[in-house]
Amino acid sequence: MNNRTVEIGVGLFVALGIAALFMLAMQVSNMSSITRKESYVITAAFENIGGLKVRSPVTVSGVRVGRVDAIDYDMHSYEAVVSLRIDDNYDTFPEDTSASIFTAGLLGEQYIALEPGGSMNNLKPGDRIQLTQSALVMEQVIGQFLYGSAARNTAEPEAGEPGAGGL
Amino acid sequence: MLDGLQSLGRATLGFFERLGRGNLFLLQALSNLPGMLLRPRLVLTQLYSVGVLTLLIVLVSGLFVGMVLGLQGYNTLVDFGAEDSLGVVVALSLVRELGPVVAALLFAGRAGSALTAEIGLMKATEQLSGMEMMAVDPVQRVVAPRFLAALLSMPLLAAIFSAVGIYGGHFVGVGLLGVDDGAFWSQMQNSVDLRADIYNGVIKSVVFGFVAGWIALFEGYDAIPTAEGVSRATTRTVVHTALVVLGLDFVLTALMFGD
Repeated sequence: MNNRTVEIGVGLFVALGIAALFMLAMQVSNMSSITRKESYVITAAFENIGGLKVRSPVTVSGVRVGRVDAIDYDMHSYEAVVSLRIDDNYDTFPEDTSASIFTAGLLGEQYIALEPGGSMNNLKPGDRIQLTQSALVMEQVIGQFLYGSAARNTAEPEAGEPGAGGL
Repeated sequence: MLDGLQSLGRATLGFFERLGRGNLFLLQALSNLPGMLLRPRLVLTQLYSVGVLTLLIVLVSGLFVGMVLGLQGYNTLVDFGAEDSLGVVVALSLVRELGPVVAALLFAGRAGSALTAEIGLMKATEQLSGMEMMAVDPVQRVVAPRFLAALLSMPLLAAIFSAVGIYGGHFVGVGLLGVDDGAFWSQMQNSVDLRADIYNGVIKSVVFGFVAGWIALFEGYDAIPTAEGVSRATTRTVVHTALVVLGLDFVLTALMFGD
Protein backbone atom coordinates (compact mmCIF):
# COMPACT_ATOMS: atom_id res chain seq x y z
CA MET A 1 0.00 0.00 0.00
CA ASN A 2 1.36 3.35 -1.03
CA ASN A 3 2.21 5.43 2.01
CA ARG A 4 0.74 8.59 0.52
CA THR A 5 -2.61 6.93 -0.21
CA VAL A 6 -2.79 5.67 3.37
CA GLU A 7 -2.10 9.08 4.80
CA ILE A 8 -4.54 10.86 2.51
CA GLY A 9 -7.19 8.25 3.31
CA VAL A 10 -6.72 8.60 7.05
CA GLY A 11 -6.71 12.37 6.78
CA LEU A 12 -9.93 12.29 4.81
CA PHE A 13 -11.51 9.89 7.29
CA VAL A 14 -10.62 11.94 10.34
CA ALA A 15 -11.69 15.19 8.67
CA LEU A 16 -15.02 13.63 7.68
CA GLY A 17 -15.56 12.27 11.17
CA ILE A 18 -14.84 15.60 12.81
CA ALA A 19 -17.03 17.39 10.28
CA ALA A 20 -19.86 14.96 11.07
CA LEU A 21 -19.46 15.53 14.82
CA PHE A 22 -19.40 19.27 14.24
CA MET A 23 -22.50 19.06 12.06
CA LEU A 24 -24.30 17.03 14.74
CA ALA A 25 -23.36 19.56 17.40
CA MET A 26 -24.17 22.71 15.46
CA GLN A 27 -26.93 21.81 13.07
CA VAL A 28 -28.79 18.99 14.78
CA SER A 29 -28.63 19.93 18.44
CA ASN A 30 -29.39 23.12 20.28
CA MET A 31 -25.73 23.98 20.82
CA SER A 32 -26.02 27.20 18.82
CA SER A 33 -28.69 28.42 21.22
CA ILE A 34 -26.95 27.28 24.42
CA THR A 35 -23.70 29.11 23.87
CA ARG A 36 -25.31 32.45 23.34
CA LYS A 37 -24.52 35.83 24.76
CA GLU A 38 -25.37 37.34 28.13
CA SER A 39 -28.77 36.81 29.68
CA TYR A 40 -30.69 37.56 32.84
CA VAL A 41 -33.33 35.73 34.86
CA ILE A 42 -36.79 36.83 35.90
CA THR A 43 -39.35 34.65 37.62
CA ALA A 44 -43.09 34.16 37.34
CA ALA A 45 -45.47 32.19 39.56
CA PHE A 46 -48.22 30.11 37.98
CA GLU A 47 -51.06 28.15 39.50
CA ASN A 48 -50.60 25.44 36.94
CA ILE A 49 -47.85 25.12 34.37
CA GLY A 50 -49.40 22.22 32.46
CA GLY A 51 -46.75 20.52 30.35
CA LEU A 52 -44.17 23.30 30.47
CA LYS A 53 -40.62 22.00 30.55
CA VAL A 54 -37.19 23.37 31.28
CA ARG A 55 -35.81 24.85 28.03
CA SER A 56 -39.28 25.61 26.68
CA PRO A 57 -39.22 28.84 24.67
CA VAL A 58 -40.21 32.26 26.00
CA THR A 59 -41.68 34.52 23.34
CA VAL A 60 -42.94 38.05 22.91
CA SER A 61 -45.24 38.61 19.95
CA GLY A 62 -44.09 35.25 18.69
CA VAL A 63 -40.40 36.18 18.76
CA ARG A 64 -38.27 33.93 20.94
CA VAL A 65 -36.45 36.05 23.52
CA GLY A 66 -35.36 33.37 25.98
CA ARG A 67 -35.93 29.96 27.50
CA VAL A 68 -37.33 28.48 30.69
CA ASP A 69 -34.34 28.08 33.00
CA ALA A 70 -35.84 26.23 35.95
CA ILE A 71 -39.16 25.16 37.37
CA ASP A 72 -39.71 24.96 41.14
CA TYR A 73 -42.64 24.59 43.47
CA ASP A 74 -43.13 27.18 46.20
CA MET A 75 -44.43 25.51 49.38
CA HIS A 76 -45.56 28.84 50.87
CA SER A 77 -47.73 30.19 48.11
CA TYR A 78 -48.52 26.74 46.64
CA GLU A 79 -47.59 27.88 43.19
CA ALA A 80 -45.15 26.79 40.53
CA VAL A 81 -42.27 29.24 40.18
CA VAL A 82 -40.76 29.38 36.71
CA SER A 83 -37.42 31.09 36.09
CA LEU A 84 -37.18 32.66 32.65
CA ARG A 85 -33.75 33.27 31.18
CA ILE A 86 -34.10 36.23 28.83
CA ASP A 87 -31.43 37.37 26.37
CA ASP A 88 -29.71 40.57 27.44
CA ASN A 89 -30.66 42.53 24.35
CA TYR A 90 -34.31 42.31 25.42
CA ASP A 91 -33.96 44.07 28.76
CA THR A 92 -36.63 46.75 28.75
CA PHE A 93 -39.85 44.91 29.58
CA PRO A 94 -42.25 47.05 31.67
CA GLU A 95 -42.98 46.03 35.26
CA ASP A 96 -46.56 45.09 34.48
CA THR A 97 -45.61 42.63 31.76
CA SER A 98 -47.86 39.58 31.89
CA ALA A 99 -46.86 35.98 31.27
CA SER A 100 -49.15 33.29 29.90
CA ILE A 101 -48.59 29.64 29.11
CA PHE A 102 -49.81 28.72 25.66
CA THR A 103 -49.64 25.64 23.50
CA ALA A 104 -48.13 25.73 20.03
CA GLY A 105 -50.72 24.11 17.83
CA LEU A 106 -53.28 21.65 19.10
CA LEU A 107 -50.83 19.07 20.44
CA GLY A 108 -47.60 21.03 20.27
CA GLU A 109 -45.19 21.93 23.03
CA GLN A 110 -46.06 24.58 25.57
CA TYR A 111 -44.32 27.91 25.75
CA ILE A 112 -44.49 31.13 27.74
CA ALA A 113 -45.74 34.24 25.99
CA LEU A 114 -44.90 37.60 27.54
CA GLU A 115 -47.10 40.59 26.92
CA PRO A 116 -45.56 43.98 27.75
CA GLY A 117 -47.72 46.35 29.78
CA GLY A 118 -47.65 50.13 29.94
CA SER A 119 -45.59 50.85 33.05
CA MET A 120 -42.72 53.33 32.86
CA ASN A 121 -40.49 51.18 35.10
CA ASN A 122 -38.75 48.16 33.65
CA LEU A 123 -38.36 44.68 35.05
CA LYS A 124 -34.98 44.20 36.64
CA PRO A 125 -33.05 40.90 36.75
CA GLY A 126 -34.50 38.75 39.53
CA ASP A 127 -37.89 40.47 39.53
CA ARG A 128 -41.10 38.52 39.57
CA ILE A 129 -43.83 38.95 36.98
CA GLN A 130 -47.07 39.63 38.83
CA LEU A 131 -49.64 39.02 36.12
CA THR A 132 -49.70 35.41 35.06
CA GLN A 133 -52.13 33.16 33.31
CA SER A 134 -51.89 29.42 33.89
CA ALA A 135 -51.81 26.74 31.27
CA LEU A 136 -55.09 25.46 29.95
CA VAL A 137 -55.50 21.87 31.04
CA MET A 138 -57.69 20.03 28.58
CA GLU A 139 -59.59 18.02 31.21
CA GLN A 140 -60.45 21.18 33.13
CA VAL A 141 -61.73 22.90 30.01
CA ILE A 142 -63.85 19.93 29.04
CA GLY A 143 -65.04 19.55 32.65
CA GLN A 144 -66.07 23.19 32.83
CA PHE A 145 -67.77 22.94 29.50
CA LEU A 146 -69.74 19.84 30.50
CA TYR A 147 -70.55 21.25 33.92
CA GLY A 148 -71.58 24.56 32.38
CA SER A 149 -73.87 23.04 29.79
CA ALA A 150 -75.35 20.63 32.35
CA ALA A 151 -76.03 23.54 34.71
CA ARG A 152 -77.66 25.51 31.90
CA ASN A 153 -79.87 22.58 30.94
CA THR A 154 -81.12 22.08 34.48
CA ALA A 155 -81.37 25.81 35.17
CA GLU A 156 -83.38 26.67 32.08
CA PRO A 157 -86.58 24.70 32.80
CA GLU A 158 -86.62 26.02 36.38
CA ALA A 159 -86.13 29.55 35.18
CA GLY A 160 -88.62 28.98 32.40
CA GLU A 161 -91.48 27.52 34.45
CA PRO A 162 -92.19 30.46 36.74
CA GLY A 163 -91.91 32.70 33.71
CA ALA A 164 -94.33 30.51 31.75
CA GLY A 165 -96.66 30.38 34.76
CA GLY A 166 -96.57 34.11 35.05
CA LEU A 167 -97.57 34.67 31.46
CA MET B 1 -24.12 -39.15 35.02
CA LEU B 2 -20.64 -38.36 36.27
CA ASP B 3 -19.46 -37.81 32.71
CA GLY B 4 -22.20 -35.24 32.19
CA LEU B 5 -21.20 -33.45 35.38
CA GLN B 6 -17.58 -33.54 34.34
CA SER B 7 -18.27 -32.00 30.94
CA LEU B 8 -20.43 -29.31 32.57
CA GLY B 9 -17.63 -28.53 34.98
CA ARG B 10 -15.08 -28.49 32.21
CA ALA B 11 -17.21 -26.12 30.16
CA THR B 12 -17.66 -23.79 33.12
CA LEU B 13 -13.97 -23.81 33.98
CA GLY B 14 -13.11 -23.28 30.33
CA PHE B 15 -15.46 -20.31 30.17
CA PHE B 16 -13.92 -18.63 33.19
CA GLU B 17 -10.43 -19.44 32.05
CA ARG B 18 -11.16 -17.75 28.74
CA LEU B 19 -12.75 -14.79 30.50
CA GLY B 20 -9.65 -14.43 32.64
CA ARG B 21 -7.35 -14.67 29.64
CA GLY B 22 -9.48 -12.06 27.91
CA ASN B 23 -9.17 -9.67 30.82
CA LEU B 24 -5.42 -10.19 31.18
CA PHE B 25 -5.10 -9.58 27.46
CA LEU B 26 -7.14 -6.39 27.75
CA LEU B 27 -5.00 -5.19 30.63
CA GLN B 28 -1.86 -5.87 28.64
CA ALA B 29 -3.23 -4.06 25.59
CA LEU B 30 -4.37 -1.09 27.65
CA SER B 31 -1.02 -0.73 29.40
CA ASN B 32 0.60 -0.54 25.96
CA LEU B 33 -1.71 2.19 24.67
CA PRO B 34 0.27 5.22 25.95
CA GLY B 35 3.38 3.93 24.22
CA MET B 36 1.51 4.14 20.95
CA LEU B 37 1.83 7.92 21.05
CA LEU B 38 5.51 7.45 20.28
CA ARG B 39 4.78 5.33 17.22
CA PRO B 40 2.00 7.12 15.38
CA ARG B 41 2.91 5.47 12.09
CA LEU B 42 1.77 2.06 13.34
CA VAL B 43 -1.55 3.53 14.40
CA LEU B 44 -1.92 5.40 11.12
CA THR B 45 -1.68 2.23 9.04
CA GLN B 46 -4.23 0.57 11.25
CA LEU B 47 -6.54 3.56 11.13
CA TYR B 48 -6.48 3.10 7.38
CA SER B 49 -7.40 -0.58 7.38
CA VAL B 50 -9.83 -0.33 10.31
CA GLY B 51 -11.40 3.06 9.71
CA VAL B 52 -10.99 4.22 6.14
CA LEU B 53 -11.89 0.90 4.57
CA THR B 54 -15.04 0.73 6.71
CA LEU B 55 -16.02 4.22 5.66
CA LEU B 56 -17.75 3.27 2.42
CA ILE B 57 -20.12 0.71 3.93
CA VAL B 58 -20.91 3.09 6.78
CA LEU B 59 -21.67 5.94 4.39
CA VAL B 60 -23.95 3.84 2.21
CA SER B 61 -25.79 2.14 5.09
CA GLY B 62 -26.16 5.43 6.93
CA LEU B 63 -27.71 7.05 3.90
CA PHE B 64 -30.20 4.25 3.36
CA VAL B 65 -31.08 3.82 7.04
CA GLY B 66 -31.79 7.55 7.19
CA MET B 67 -33.90 7.38 4.05
CA VAL B 68 -35.93 4.47 5.39
CA LEU B 69 -36.42 6.32 8.69
CA GLY B 70 -37.62 9.35 6.76
CA LEU B 71 -40.08 7.29 4.74
CA GLN B 72 -41.46 5.25 7.62
CA GLY B 73 -41.51 8.15 10.02
CA TYR B 74 -43.39 10.24 7.51
CA ASN B 75 -45.99 7.54 6.90
CA THR B 76 -46.70 7.27 10.62
CA LEU B 77 -46.51 10.95 11.47
CA VAL B 78 -48.68 12.14 8.59
CA ASP B 79 -51.64 10.29 10.14
CA PHE B 80 -51.41 12.64 13.12
CA GLY B 81 -50.67 15.69 11.03
CA ALA B 82 -47.30 15.84 12.77
CA GLU B 83 -45.01 15.36 9.78
CA ASP B 84 -43.11 18.49 10.82
CA SER B 85 -41.63 16.39 13.63
CA LEU B 86 -39.95 14.12 11.09
CA GLY B 87 -36.59 15.77 11.76
CA VAL B 88 -36.88 14.96 15.46
CA VAL B 89 -37.73 11.32 14.79
CA VAL B 90 -34.89 10.83 12.33
CA ALA B 91 -32.28 12.72 14.34
CA LEU B 92 -33.09 11.23 17.74
CA SER B 93 -33.27 7.65 16.58
CA LEU B 94 -30.02 8.01 14.65
CA VAL B 95 -28.02 9.93 17.22
CA ARG B 96 -29.17 7.94 20.23
CA GLU B 97 -29.46 4.39 18.96
CA LEU B 98 -29.02 3.53 15.32
CA GLY B 99 -25.84 5.49 14.69
CA PRO B 100 -23.70 3.86 17.37
CA VAL B 101 -25.33 0.41 17.16
CA VAL B 102 -25.50 -0.10 13.41
CA ALA B 103 -22.07 1.43 12.93
CA ALA B 104 -20.73 -0.98 15.56
CA LEU B 105 -22.38 -3.97 13.85
CA LEU B 106 -20.96 -2.93 10.48
CA PHE B 107 -17.62 -2.34 12.17
CA ALA B 108 -17.67 -5.86 13.60
CA GLY B 109 -18.50 -7.33 10.22
CA ARG B 110 -16.06 -5.31 8.18
CA ALA B 111 -13.13 -4.50 10.47
CA GLY B 112 -13.51 -6.85 13.45
CA SER B 113 -13.52 -10.00 11.36
CA ALA B 114 -10.50 -8.77 9.40
CA LEU B 115 -8.59 -8.05 12.62
CA THR B 116 -9.34 -11.52 14.00
CA ALA B 117 -8.39 -13.28 10.78
CA GLU B 118 -5.19 -11.26 10.47
CA ILE B 119 -3.98 -11.90 14.00
CA GLY B 120 -5.20 -15.49 13.98
CA LEU B 121 -3.24 -16.14 10.82
CA MET B 122 -0.19 -14.42 12.29
CA LYS B 123 -0.46 -16.84 15.15
CA ALA B 124 -1.04 -19.85 12.90
CA THR B 125 2.02 -19.02 10.82
CA GLU B 126 3.97 -18.45 14.03
CA GLN B 127 4.74 -14.83 13.29
CA LEU B 128 3.73 -13.91 16.82
CA SER B 129 6.11 -16.47 18.33
CA GLY B 130 8.74 -15.23 15.92
CA MET B 131 8.34 -11.73 17.31
CA GLU B 132 8.70 -13.03 20.83
CA MET B 133 11.88 -14.79 19.81
CA MET B 134 13.24 -11.42 18.69
CA ALA B 135 12.21 -9.90 22.02
CA VAL B 136 9.47 -7.86 20.39
CA ASP B 137 6.27 -7.88 22.41
CA PRO B 138 3.49 -8.84 19.95
CA VAL B 139 0.87 -7.17 22.13
CA GLN B 140 2.77 -3.93 21.89
CA ARG B 141 3.70 -4.20 18.23
CA VAL B 142 0.56 -5.81 16.78
CA VAL B 143 -2.34 -5.55 19.19
CA ALA B 144 -2.05 -2.10 20.75
CA PRO B 145 -2.06 -0.05 17.51
CA ARG B 146 -5.07 -1.98 16.24
CA PHE B 147 -6.90 -1.49 19.52
CA LEU B 148 -6.21 2.23 19.51
CA ALA B 149 -7.33 2.47 15.89
CA ALA B 150 -10.62 0.74 16.74
CA LEU B 151 -11.13 3.07 19.72
CA LEU B 152 -10.50 6.13 17.58
CA SER B 153 -12.45 5.18 14.50
CA MET B 154 -15.69 3.95 16.10
CA PRO B 155 -16.91 7.37 17.34
CA LEU B 156 -15.97 8.95 14.02
CA LEU B 157 -17.77 6.23 12.07
CA ALA B 158 -20.87 6.52 14.25
CA ALA B 159 -20.93 10.29 13.86
CA ILE B 160 -20.56 9.99 10.09
CA PHE B 161 -23.33 7.39 10.06
CA SER B 162 -25.69 9.68 11.99
CA ALA B 163 -24.86 12.76 9.94
CA VAL B 164 -25.28 11.01 6.61
CA GLY B 165 -28.48 9.37 7.87
CA ILE B 166 -29.96 12.71 8.83
CA TYR B 167 -29.22 14.04 5.36
CA GLY B 168 -30.81 10.87 3.94
CA GLY B 169 -33.92 11.46 6.01
CA HIS B 170 -33.88 15.09 4.96
CA PHE B 171 -33.64 14.10 1.31
CA VAL B 172 -36.65 11.77 1.53
CA GLY B 173 -38.73 13.89 3.88
CA VAL B 174 -38.09 17.36 2.50
CA GLY B 175 -37.01 16.55 -1.02
CA LEU B 176 -39.46 13.84 -1.98
CA LEU B 177 -42.38 13.96 0.45
CA GLY B 178 -42.71 17.70 0.90
CA VAL B 179 -42.06 18.25 4.61
CA ASP B 180 -41.24 21.88 5.32
CA ASP B 181 -37.49 22.46 5.33
CA GLY B 182 -37.52 25.01 8.15
CA ALA B 183 -39.74 22.89 10.37
CA PHE B 184 -37.54 19.85 9.79
CA TRP B 185 -34.38 21.54 11.07
CA SER B 186 -35.87 23.84 13.71
CA GLN B 187 -37.93 21.14 15.44
CA MET B 188 -34.86 18.92 15.37
CA GLN B 189 -32.74 21.63 16.96
CA ASN B 190 -35.40 22.23 19.59
CA SER B 191 -35.60 18.62 20.65
CA VAL B 192 -32.07 17.28 20.29
CA ASP B 193 -29.91 18.20 23.24
CA LEU B 194 -26.16 18.47 22.87
CA ARG B 195 -25.36 16.90 26.21
CA ALA B 196 -28.20 14.44 26.65
CA ASP B 197 -28.28 13.13 23.09
CA ILE B 198 -25.13 13.88 21.12
CA TYR B 199 -22.58 13.38 23.91
CA ASN B 200 -24.29 10.21 25.08
CA GLY B 201 -24.30 8.90 21.52
CA VAL B 202 -20.58 9.54 21.28
CA ILE B 203 -19.99 7.84 24.64
CA LYS B 204 -21.95 4.84 23.39
CA SER B 205 -19.88 4.59 20.24
CA VAL B 206 -16.62 4.79 22.21
CA VAL B 207 -17.82 1.94 24.44
CA PHE B 208 -18.81 -0.09 21.39
CA GLY B 209 -15.45 0.58 19.75
CA PHE B 210 -13.72 -0.60 22.92
CA VAL B 211 -15.78 -3.79 23.06
CA ALA B 212 -15.56 -4.52 19.33
CA GLY B 213 -11.81 -3.99 19.32
CA TRP B 214 -11.29 -6.06 22.43
CA ILE B 215 -13.35 -9.02 21.19
CA ALA B 216 -11.86 -9.01 17.70
CA LEU B 217 -8.25 -8.81 18.90
CA PHE B 218 -8.68 -11.32 21.70
CA GLU B 219 -10.40 -13.85 19.45
CA GLY B 220 -7.55 -13.58 17.00
CA TYR B 221 -4.87 -13.71 19.68
CA ASP B 222 -6.53 -16.64 21.42
CA ALA B 223 -7.48 -18.56 18.27
CA ILE B 224 -6.48 -22.17 17.84
CA PRO B 225 -3.62 -21.81 15.35
CA THR B 226 -5.14 -23.86 12.56
CA ALA B 227 -7.18 -22.94 9.51
CA GLU B 228 -10.33 -24.19 11.22
CA GLY B 229 -9.52 -22.43 14.47
CA VAL B 230 -9.05 -19.10 12.72
CA SER B 231 -12.29 -19.46 10.80
CA ARG B 232 -14.15 -20.26 14.03
CA ALA B 233 -12.56 -17.32 15.79
CA THR B 234 -13.63 -14.99 12.97
CA THR B 235 -17.22 -16.18 13.20
CA ARG B 236 -17.17 -15.84 16.97
CA THR B 237 -15.91 -12.28 16.66
CA VAL B 238 -18.86 -11.18 14.59
CA VAL B 239 -21.46 -13.07 16.62
CA HIS B 240 -20.12 -12.08 20.03
CA THR B 241 -19.60 -8.46 19.08
CA ALA B 242 -23.16 -8.22 17.76
CA LEU B 243 -24.59 -9.81 20.92
CA VAL B 244 -22.51 -7.73 23.30
CA VAL B 245 -23.18 -4.48 21.43
CA LEU B 246 -26.93 -5.03 21.41
CA GLY B 247 -26.98 -6.05 25.07
CA LEU B 248 -24.74 -3.20 26.15
CA ASP B 249 -26.84 -0.79 24.13
CA PHE B 250 -29.87 -1.67 26.20
CA VAL B 251 -27.95 -1.18 29.44
CA LEU B 252 -26.45 2.12 28.29
CA THR B 253 -29.80 3.39 27.05
CA ALA B 254 -31.42 2.51 30.36
CA LEU B 255 -28.65 4.34 32.22
CA MET B 256 -28.54 7.39 29.94
CA PHE B 257 -32.11 7.99 28.90
CA GLY B 258 -33.84 6.03 31.65
CA ASP B 259 -35.42 8.84 33.58
